[in-house]
Amino acid sequence: MVEFNLPANSVVKEGKTFSAPADAKNVRAFKIYRFDPDSGDNPRTDTYDIDLDKCGPMVLDALIKIKNEIDATLTFRRSCREGICGSCAMNIDGRNTLACLKPIEDIKGEVKIYPLPHMPVVKDLVPDLSQPYAQLASIEPWLKADSPTPPDGERLQSREERAKLDGLWECILCFSCSTACPSYWWNSDRYLGPAVLLQAYRWLADSRDEYTGERLDALEDPFRLYRCHTIMNCTNTCPKGLNPALAITEIKKMIAERRA
Amino acid sequence: MSESYKIIDHNYDVVVMGAGGAGLRATLGTVEAGLKTACITKVFPTRSHTVAAQGGIGASLGNMSEDHWQWHMYDTVKGSDWLGDQDAIEYMCRNAVPAVHELEHYGMPFSRTEDGKIYQRPFGGHTRDHGKAPVERACAAADRTGHAMLHTLYQQCLKHKAEFFVEYIALDLIMDKDGSCKGLVAWDLDTGELHRFNAKMVILASGGYGRAFFSCTSAHTCTGDGHGMVARAGLGLQDMEFVQFHPTGIYGSGCLITEGARGEGGYLTNSEGERFMERYAPTVKDLASRDVVSRGMAQEIRDGRGVGEHGEYIHLHLEHLGSEVLWERLPGITETAKIFAGVDATKEPIPVLPTVHYNMGGIPTNYKGEVLRPTAKDPNAIVPGLMAAGEAACVSVHGANRLGTNSLLDLVVFGRACGMHAAEVVDSKASFKELKTTDGDEAIARFDRLRWAKGSRPTADIRLEMQRVMQGNCGVFRTSEILKEGKDKLSETAKTLPDVGVSDRSLIWNSDLVETLELENLMTCAAATMNSAEARHESRGAHAHEDFPKRDDEVWMKHTIATVDTEKGYGVDLTYRPVNNFTLTDEVSYIEPKERVY
Repeated sequence: MVEFNLPANSVVKEGKTFSAPADAKNVRAFKIYRFDPDSGDNPRTDTYDIDLDKCGPMVLDALIKIKNEIDATLTFRRSCREGICGSCAMNIDGRNTLACLKPIEDIKGEVKIYPLPHMPVVKDLVPDLSQPYAQLASIEPWLKADSPTPPDGERLQSREERAKLDGLWECILCFSCSTACPSYWWNSDRYLGPAVLLQAYRWLADSRDEYTGERLDALEDPFRLYRCHTIMNCTNTCPKGLNPALAITEIKKMIAERRA
Repeated sequence: MSESYKIIDHNYDVVVMGAGGAGLRATLGTVEAGLKTACITKVFPTRSHTVAAQGGIGASLGNMSEDHWQWHMYDTVKGSDWLGDQDAIEYMCRNAVPAVHELEHYGMPFSRTEDGKIYQRPFGGHTRDHGKAPVERACAAADRTGHAMLHTLYQQCLKHKAEFFVEYIALDLIMDKDGSCKGLVAWDLDTGELHRFNAKMVILASGGYGRAFFSCTSAHTCTGDGHGMVARAGLGLQDMEFVQFHPTGIYGSGCLITEGARGEGGYLTNSEGERFMERYAPTVKDLASRDVVSRGMAQEIRDGRGVGEHGEYIHLHLEHLGSEVLWERLPGITETAKIFAGVDATKEPIPVLPTVHYNMGGIPTNYKGEVLRPTAKDPNAIVPGLMAAGEAACVSVHGANRLGTNSLLDLVVFGRACGMHAAEVVDSKASFKELKTTDGDEAIARFDRLRWAKGSRPTADIRLEMQRVMQGNCGVFRTSEILKEGKDKLSETAKTLPDVGVSDRSLIWNSDLVETLELENLMTCAAATMNSAEARHESRGAHAHEDFPKRDDEVWMKHTIATVDTEKGYGVDLTYRPVNNFTLTDEVSYIEPKERVY
């Protein structure tokens, strides 16, 4: 039997508890992962008891309430608060999602909040996403075509051709999917992961793009593409309701079809 | 103090601050021109607030019906209530068509018409033939046009290998003795290091300051950082009293429901079920420009015809459009209504309220993007080495009220103009001005002071007080009394800034300190806005002054320039510069002011 020993500093310890005001009637505990890069201390989970009667409906509202009123050192990314910028992706109640779109009332009991899994943590709920960003750049996510563009007009694209991009271009690059994927956890250095593969397919599916062959060549690799084992965590977790697993399957089909 | 910080120096031909639509388009332009460019951004580029724009980008493509850039120009001038500079408006509207084609060529996923062209929808204030009827001018990618545009521009920047400094907080400009700009100081959140960027040209594309108000559609990151830097450099801010309220923010959360919803046939009703906009704008009704619709709504609520238990909101109806149209053309807002209002828009109306949305005012520039330092002698004097574009700038194309779809247009047209002008004036072979060891000292002193601030008032506390004053005393309807009170209250709040307390002392991802730095920028914007508004004794566009209900072209056809004393209590000094009453070319003549009726 193999025994795994985690390095000592990886163990998450119990942290502080911040109680709600005595008159609070509708209290919910938020148990939040904290990591302080300066101290060298182990990560910990701090518990904040929040009066939900004095808090907005979303998990992000609770995080902002904590930062504004209880503990200004709590650190997380946020911007648009309406599910379009992709900043506040984190692991809430065991699932990767956007804090701004996650209603507190959907969660039973204590609300556990961790950073996106299996990414280096910079501080608290802020993961280092440079790897997926670099992988995004690696698939050359821009329109590639040699045909000259019309000198004073748009390229034409039928509504049917354009419809093929629906469900792809709306991705907000929050990386909830990639960081929910066990294959990506194991092989994030070589497997592109669902978010980036969804982007890769977005260009394969675009009738205006003329580099399908080259794009498929670049993807046809045991790791970059084929570490996808159809686990479907990506599709299950996508906060925008997109289906990266289907996009990956479409890429595999395109490669299979061009072999035949 | 400052000796203890590790400071890294860089030399770049061009430094762009901000990676939204304007910043990315400017970056693309300077990189293509072969200039060594650094784009510094406090969020990863695709998280910039451009991403939240919904309805479309305005251009007279004429894909759905006849249209001309001159009609677009007329509508924009009228929308601006004649405060816009017509040379710049001409520049924007005639460049709109090639700008949209360029975006399509870059790969932007526009929605399409039956014959495969870019889909266009009607939008508020955009009309056929000088106000006759609404026209389809908003080029759309469903109701996620800003998302499509921002991602496309980022993709092009990746293609051209543009250099980004992501999650860097710009602190302050480095100004030369001769009044020119020679760079900026920034803080890298990831490592905690401070950087001095020596640059031959700085382009500010830092967005608006919606977060100076309590309820806004703007992202948390819209904190007027460029405005603050400019003010601390002793430069003025233009037309800050003009704050746009978007008619349809969701009641409660303030999340945006695009005007395109009304463009597709949606309409507003009061508690009596009446389509009240027919009374306020008989010709174009719900598609009047935003100031007009917001005032109509606020008036209905004041007259006791608001909807809901407390009569606090208005209903936006989309259910008659059918779920097919909603899911194809307005999927984003249908989802947003569900999540943030608990409403199935295919079946029931959405509760909405006029909500702070856009800042027409900002850093004064000319149509090339050069930042102005107006003097009595020369109202168009420039600041060498400094440019601005996008919501941060005031060119001014939007004047007293911006038309929907003209912000995305503003971003790409003037982002591109900045790139072109920088390429013209910056010599990549010329040597850099040497940075003195003391350059940036003030910025670092400010940073250090706030980092260790031990005052009694948490940042969030002061910010909330400021936001409440702005919301209560600088809203849709204004009076001398309310504005005077607002000025006093805001001044009291600003005076407590030296008593701010920061809890996080770290240099790494210290978002407590980030928010405090942002608060100083917001306070600068708030002070300029309130004081400029208090002084303007007329009603024009978004500035509706009940004691002076008419536009007064004799006295007030002029831009406000507000200089904020950020050192001492945020006092504001006001001067004025003339509106440009000329066009750029002879192909179109100056549009004379007249009464604004929709």
